Amino acid sequence: MINSKKLTIAAGVMALAVQSLDLSAATLRIDNGAEPGTLDPHQSSGTWESRIIREMFETLVSHGPQGELVPGLAERWEISDDGTTLTFHLREEAQWSDGEPITAEDAVFSLRRLLQPAMAAYNANLYYPIEGARAINSGEAQAETLGVEALDDHTLRIHLVRPTAWFMQALAMNEAAPLPEHYLSEHPDNWIAPGRTPVSGPFSLSEWVPQDHITLSRNPAYFAADSVALDEAVFYPIEDANSALNRYRAGSLDISYSSVPSQRFDWVQENLPEALRVSPFVAEYFYMFNLREESPFSDVRVREALNLATRREVITEQLLGMGQIPSSWLVPRVTEGGTRGQMAFADMSMDARMARARELMQAAGYGPGNPLQVELRYNTLEDHKRIAVALAAMWKPLGVDITLNNSEAATHYAAVNEGNFELARYGMVATINDPYDFLGSYATDGSAARSTGYHNAAYDELVTQSSRILDDEERARVLTQAQQTLLDDYALLPLYDYVNTALVSPRVSGWHPTPMNVHPLRYVSIEE
Amino acid sequence: MTSSHNATCEDRRPDHVGGEGPNPPQAPVKGESLGREAWRRLRHNHAAMASLIVLALMTLICVVGPWLLPWGLAEVDWNAFGVAPTLEGFHLLGTDANGRDLLTRTLYGGRISLSVALVATLVSLVIGVLYGAIAGYMGGRVDNLMMRFVDIMYSLPFMFLVILLMVVLGRNILLIYAAIGAVEWLDMARIVRGQTLSLKRREFIEASHALGVKDRTIVVRHLIPNSIGPVIIYVTLTVPKVILLESFLSFLGLGVQEPLTSWGVLISEGTSNMQGAPWMLIVPASFLAVTLFCLNFLGDGLRDALDPRTR
Amino acid sequence: MLNYIAKRLAMAVPTLLIVITVSFFLMRVAPGGPFDGERQLPPEIEANLMAAYHLDEPLWMQYLRYMGNLVQGDFGPSFKYKDFSVTELIMQGFPVSLELGALAIALALLLGIPMGVMAALRRNSALDYSLMGVALGGIAVPNFVIAPLMALFFGVILGWLPVGGWNGGALPNLVLPVIALAIQQIAYIARMMRASMIEVLGSHFIRTARAKGLSEREVILRHALRPAMLPVLSYLGPAIAGIITGSVVIEQIFGLPGIGRYFVQGALNRDYTLVMGTVVFYGVLIVLMNLIVDLLYSLFDPQIRYDDD
Repeated sequence: MINSKKLTIAAGVMALAVQSLDLSAATLRIDNGAEPGTLDPHQSSGTWESRIIREMFETLVSHGPQGELVPGLAERWEISDDGTTLTFHLREEAQWSDGEPITAEDAVFSLRRLLQPAMAAYNANLYYPIEGARAINSGEAQAETLGVEALDDHTLRIHLVRPTAWFMQALAMNEAAPLPEHYLSEHPDNWIAPGRTPVSGPFSLSEWVPQDHITLSRNPAYFAADSVALDEAVFYPIEDANSALNRYRAGSLDISYSSVPSQRFDWVQENLPEALRVSPFVAEYFYMFNLREESPFSDVRVREALNLATRREVITEQLLGMGQIPSSWLVPRVTEGGTRGQMAFADMSMDARMARARELMQAAGYGPGNPLQVELRYNTLEDHKRIAVALAAMWKPLGVDITLNNSEAATHYAAVNEGNFELARYGMVATINDPYDFLGSYATDGSAARSTGYHNAAYDELVTQSSRILDDEERARVLTQAQQTLLDDYALLPLYDYVNTALVSPRVSGWHPTPMNVHPLRYVSIEE
Repeated sequence: MTSSHNATCEDRRPDHVGGEGPNPPQAPVKGESLGREAWRRLRHNHAAMASLIVLALMTLICVVGPWLLPWGLAEVDWNAFGVAPTLEGFHLLGTDANGRDLLTRTLYGGRISLSVALVATLVSLVIGVLYGAIAGYMGGRVDNLMMRFVDIMYSLPFMFLVILLMVVLGRNILLIYAAIGAVEWLDMARIVRGQTLSLKRREFIEASHALGVKDRTIVVRHLIPNSIGPVIIYVTLTVPKVILLESFLSFLGLGVQEPLTSWGVLISEGTSNMQGAPWMLIVPASFLAVTLFCLNFLGDGLRDALDPRTR
Repeated sequence: MLNYIAKRLAMAVPTLLIVITVSFFLMRVAPGGPFDGERQLPPEIEANLMAAYHLDEPLWMQYLRYMGNLVQGDFGPSFKYKDFSVTELIMQGFPVSLELGALAIALALLLGIPMGVMAALRRNSALDYSLMGVALGGIAVPNFVIAPLMALFFGVILGWLPVGGWNGGALPNLVLPVIALAIQQIAYIARMMRASMIEVLGSHFIRTARAKGLSEREVILRHALRPAMLPVLSYLGPAIAGIITGSVVIEQIFGLPGIGRYFVQGALNRDYTLVMGTVVFYGVLIVLMNLIVDLLYSLFDPQIRYDDD
């Protein structure tokens, strides 16, 4: 009896000792919002995966503390005058965490692997500007034909089909990170394994318990290991915003990416002002009009009328109130590249807008005796529902009779992708911080164009043209013109630019709000 | 085992044999008087009668109330988003996060929830009780096959069943009833079967059998009435389950669609607002709670009134 | 008895086969696919994904492929959680759900049965009303309401217990989720126990036992309790299968790595292999639990026998 008690105490002391050891190490505890589906850089599809993968695999071009592009594994690079040949000079001292050197061959290997059809990489299309990439990804050519070559161990050359303004951004994504060919060729399956996978980034994977936590530990072999302040980063896949908030308040989280539900925003603002970080996000909340002939929205007057009658400030201020920016455009204002343009009614008073909207509806043949009956689709989520309900109420005075139709996400997006809707909620989140990511979707073959049936030759031409322009100002002008064309067509019903919210403990420094929600941990430290 | 002795004791239940009667010609007459007598006994149970009155009032308020209130179901008060109960603008129980009158919405929601509960519970009751009694009484291979079907129904992924129903039959409030009833009868069937297995070896059932009473009559006249206790209790437990399950169906898109609402939907909306705006949860939850308490007292009263032994 | 068990186990095979087959086609004819998300994929990428998961083959071929793998014990890789196989996901999460569920059931039985019995013995007394009032409260307040309130109160405000997390199954992390899981079960069991106890107490054989001069305690413990447990037992079969496979609500609110979420999220994500894995796993549990309950019946009521046929 006594013995067992002693044992318990001894175990307790040991537990304490272990705990204090943990505390003396600089550990950052992060609410990651969801369980990563994968840590394979080529398979990832969301920020909750990239956030971890980026720390494990350094890219040629990397992100600085403010999210800006900085040299990563490549210490410098040259771009040919025609913008199609990129030459990267890799750091000679860089090595994998198992001691093998990181070579240009690793980069070639990685890009070839990424584009193999069997890899089925979500973001492979971002690399189609590379010579041969599209053909390889479609299964029409061998991986070896890819326009990427290792000139020597530390020099990499990439050949592009055409100059592409945003390609550097694509190279900074985890998909383009060099991978350890020496390890992967021996362990092609299940190569992501705690304690074993060789990494090139500031942290390596030391523990992964699905749905519980992922622990990253400092990688001493990282080329800038001396500047890394954290010893460990633990990622928790907390899905419920309220419980994330509770855990932050209880002191068991240092950073939380999911903990500010809109219903609790006012409270957080008042009670945790020192921790709340709100910043514009490169993402747009809008409704898609189905523009095909059988849809009532094939008539531009109806589209304009609904846009006129939408009081966006009511949605952003009264319903959401988190600082979302009311918008009458597609490209969020925070997006790099300076694209502007807006719908024509910006300066009109609300009364004038309603009067004009009524005229337009009447001209389109709708009125009190003949209301426009439309089905509005949204995916089930509290805020989506509230916005849909408010829209229906705003349009009612125009004699628009909205039927709301919600469904869970997969059914909703299947309907949207098939063009099986009249008016559908959509959220577009940038994969790269460039206007092309948004405008391209409404151009030929773009996803939104396929869903909605939008087609405007002048618009397509402007978008295509913009990609080839290397001069920033000229490109901004053309893209603004493209966006204005889209908006003059009232092809969509924009509502607002998203914001990012996070809770960051005041003990954390080196964490900056960034428009793409990229926060490299090598610049982050935590006070003990 | 020791309890075999008890079992023989249990078999001899003169009150059963007399009350329920193995005698077929008498049964219908007895059945009618049984109902009348049960009603007489129920009337003497104050708690049950009070509950019955409250439930009737609740139903009446939900049906009539919305017409008497100044706000419509989908009407937005643009000056009152998520306000606490107030006389200003006549939002007696506050507004929801979209500026709609909560009392109005709760009463409309009651129409949906009460009818969903009534129909789905009845469906589950009828299917479950008959199915369970037949399986238990027939026993052997029939029981085995019938109960394996129940196992299969338990194991199918309910969500896909629901999504598919929606695709095939379209959006229809009747479907909610069907979908919910279609899963809720399983527990009922298992409970009734368990009771039946235990009852059917008792002397009064075996006696009826020996006297040549039809199986059908034995099941309907003897087995089912004698398992009425657990059945009624399980019914009162099913009601809240059904009302809350309906909000999940609404999440999938099968249940009620905005602007229409239900108690389940209001409660789950209220939960996400409960720390900032507790009335959004408290109001619909109170309506649900009152309903449940009344149902339970009524259930207990009904059980006592219908129990063949306590007469 | 052994004969009966063997027969039932033999029947489990066709039962599960039907479950698997119906679920497979049910799942596949439902709209939406694993790659229908907010990000709409370019046609080339979607084609690659479909090919990688054999979704481009005819449905019957996919079915045969699935069954072939299943026979070899291979549930395939999860669509959503690509770095793990479905077997790994279930085997890593199940111990968590099992531990939570078993504790919750134990708690529910320990509290629910005495509550029901006491209420039945003191029928219509103040004790009865207060016990049943508590039980009704447990039914009226759903767990998605009570769980966050408990986390807020005991975790954040009082700071007595962790707000969430599994922490390797440390005792303080178990307390709130187990209670939150158990509340509704306690209420169910207490309500059912009370009703069937009243029924049994009114029956002839109890009166006989009493007439024989047995003590009240003996009457209840030796004669009344077991037959009164029958409805609870019937309820427990599927209920246990449900509880030990986790609750998505409790797991999300307390951040626990159980498998309950896979049942809901697997379906929402159209993670076909994960859905099938959970269906098979749950089906096996249902079949087993219901068999165990059927066997227990005859222990609780010796009149129940399965020897006809």
